[in-house]
Amino acid sequence: MKTALFWIFSVAALGGAVGVVGNVRNPINSALNLVVSMLALAGLYVLLEAQFVGLIQVMVYAGAIVVLFLFVIMLLNLRGSGTSGAEVQPLVKIAGTALVAFSGLFLVRVLASGRAPWPDVDPSYGTTRAIGEALYTDYVLAVQLAGVLLLAGILAAVVLAKKRID
Amino acid sequence: MGDISPFQFQVVAALIFLIGVAGVLTRRNMIVMFMCIELMLNAANLSLVAFSREIGDDQGQIFAFLVMVVAAVEVAVGLAIIISLVRNRDTVNIEDASQMKW
Repeated sequence: MKTALFWIFSVAALGGAVGVVGNVRNPINSALNLVVSMLALAGLYVLLEAQFVGLIQVMVYAGAIVVLFLFVIMLLNLRGSGTSGAEVQPLVKIAGTALVAFSGLFLVRVLASGRAPWPDVDPSYGTTRAIGEALYTDYVLAVQLAGVLLLAGILAAVVLAKKRID
Repeated sequence: MGDISPFQFQVVAALIFLIGVAGVLTRRNMIVMFMCIELMLNAANLSLVAFSREIGDDQGQIFAFLVMVVAAVEVAVGLAIIISLVRNRDTVNIEDASQMKW
């Protein structure tokens, strides 16, 4: 069961990623492919018993970030305007092919290697409670800094997107 | 976990990262390049969570969560920059924005 789910989610994540890159006509299609990839990744997180991260993935990425992308694409009305020129230098093509070939070899070697066992974890592993307790005790400074960063990001986005700075 | 090894999750993460790199290198639409950067961040997150499960310690999930926070801020600021760039230049082709000042 878990094996089948792993393959389904992996194929969906990779297919969505290829769809983001390969869709040259309309950026909206790329954004919708991105949603597929993000949701599949959330499924992989749940398979890894990281329920909290999977939930946040669905809410933040599939919910907020992709909606922001779609909002900007529709706001700018970019339907195919000046986006086609996808001419690629031959050097980039050669480098890309070499990269993919190398990683394909790596993939085959890894899949052929032995199966490492998964350690047993206690039932609280990856739950909201466990992650929240760690975040608000050991990592409280990081949480505070994240809050400051979010505030700065909000202000920067508002100022940058304004039509005219007074 | 059936017969899925921890390494197979790393392979999936590596492939998603490579697809993101290929997208940034080949696409010239700023917004799509930005989506590819998001793909790379997500691949790194998957790698972190898989390693976290492999060693049975949930600190890697906290790192993944903080990466998501930074990614959300980055998307907001980056899209605002793209909006103001499109207002000024009326294009999303990255080749038309190759100079830092104009």
